[in-house]
Amino acid sequence: MTTVDRVPGQRQRTVPPFGGFNATLVRLELRRMLRNRRTVIFSVVMPVVFFLLFGTGKSYSDESAGRGNVAAFIMVSMALYGAMLSTTGGGAMVAVERSQGWSRQLRLTPLTSTAYIAVKVLVAMLLGGLSVVVTYTAGALTGAHMDTSVWVVTGLAVWVGSLVFAAFGVFMGYLLPSENVMQILGPGLALFAFLGGLFLPLDQMGSTFRAIAHLTPMYGLNEVVHAPLTGESPGWAAVLNVAVWLAVFVGGAVWRFGRDTARV
Amino acid sequence: MTQTRTVRRPAGGADAETVPAIELAGLTKSFGAVRAVRGIDLTIAPGEVVAFLGPNGAGKTTTVDMVLGLSRPDEGSVRVHGMEPGSAVRRGLVAAVMQTGGLLKDLTVEETLRLTASLFADTRPIGEVLERAGIADIADRRVGKCSGGQQQRLRFAMALLPDPELLVLDEPTTGMDVGGRRDFWAAIREDASRGRTVVFATHYLEEADAYADRVVLVSHGRVVADGTAAEVKSLVSGRTVRATLPDADVFALQSIPGVESVEVRGDSVLVSSTDSDAVLRHLLARTAAHDLEVTTRGLEDAFISLTSEGAQS
Repeated sequence: MTTVDRVPGQRQRTVPPFGGFNATLVRLELRRMLRNRRTVIFSVVMPVVFFLLFGTGKSYSDESAGRGNVAAFIMVSMALYGAMLSTTGGGAMVAVERSQGWSRQLRLTPLTSTAYIAVKVLVAMLLGGLSVVVTYTAGALTGAHMDTSVWVVTGLAVWVGSLVFAAFGVFMGYLLPSENVMQILGPGLALFAFLGGLFLPLDQMGSTFRAIAHLTPMYGLNEVVHAPLTGESPGWAAVLNVAVWLAVFVGGAVWRFGRDTARV
Repeated sequence: MTQTRTVRRPAGGADAETVPAIELAGLTKSFGAVRAVRGIDLTIAPGEVVAFLGPNGAGKTTTVDMVLGLSRPDEGSVRVHGMEPGSAVRRGLVAAVMQTGGLLKDLTVEETLRLTASLFADTRPIGEVLERAGIADIADRRVGKCSGGQQQRLRFAMALLPDPELLVLDEPTTGMDVGGRRDFWAAIREDASRGRTVVFATHYLEEADAYADRVVLVSHGRVVADGTAAEVKSLVSGRTVRATLPDADVFALQSIPGVESVEVRGDSVLVSSTDSDAVLRHLLARTAAHDLEVTTRGLEDAFISLTSEGAQS
């Protein structure tokens, strides 16, 4: 009926390296993320607005907070808040992509599940990094002062620390099969931030409240990232808090991820 | 099965000639108590255009999923070009157009293709697949703003990227209007003419008839018929006449030209025939039959009769 113009035997078919992980994929994923107005507002704009509202032009703004001023202290809190929203949202994209059937579509390509998660976490961390840089830039321009080394150390601590919440996002992304996952997670994150002492110092609260707050997932990280600024040791309870929550979120993400890939 | 297509293989691809595009042996798959696939054996040669035809719930999608490595059979084996489905997918040997979903609404058509292409070791140029799927004019449109038909052509374009030996389509025209359906099939047909193996699942007999060289009928998780479209069509032609007629003379009814079967159920009689007019004329003129009903025998009926025949033999 027809003549054949394909010569299939001649093509050497190979499997791509790194499980399909590549720069084009990361670039397009990042562009997708930045195209989402809500993501940008929550991750980048809101922390800056909060900082400008609570950290600048107040009577306490220029008081000392150790190796810098109170404005810098609040800036670090808000950068952490933004980074956590960014990385959680980035990780939780898994839920959106699962509900849209994109994860299934990807299984018809050479992209491995591990490479997929690596891309999600990387893109989440890049957005988190952007959030930190923007908040720190706003701080530098509006009167936040710290020793130069403290700028670098706190900035890196916030960024690396937000990896805990990238794991949280991925965990929730597999746990909640919803396209509106951030609408569910958003209020939860705000509560975590409040209990973690990101918005108000916890020593203004009652002792019962504080005892509960010390067990929540943002408390430890908040203490740790401020330590270089205040010059005080974060305390073993805070370090343990970070370690335990990191283990819980990574463990949960690995568990759900394993179940998802075994679901065949 | 009669192969009407000439498939010439180059000397270097001698292996491709002997290795089937798809080889299913003793395939079964259950979901809880539901036995979706109950033992399918099927071999599809390179270059064939095969319709996987059956009513909803026949086990078509379950089988397609196993061919693509999206799910694993409980028993039996799946080979795609002699490989595990996963290996064939990673090498771009097999690609699929799924029914729904599988697209990111916030990317443009062109970005979706660029992203998909980046995942494979080697692909056709994006401009070429856009052209062949007939969506070059909407390359910059957001996927979320594309119509159902346009999204389906995008899925087709994505499947063309790795230049697969085997293209699998699962109910590809669901939700398309008549024009969209025709254009979509024209693109597929034109592509298949280049020698690609195409397997599509459908519950439309007309689609199977118009576009496949070979039709595999599935019902209740089994292959109940396998042949050319014409052969399958003859299985489902004809009508059934039902009438209320106590003490029907079965022998007289069977002797009417075109009658294939007569069934008595209490006071009712059911006559399957390729010439229902003759049956009606006989019933009204020569018997006391009343409450006559004529129904077209659908695919569903054909499947049921084929499955029950298979069970009896």
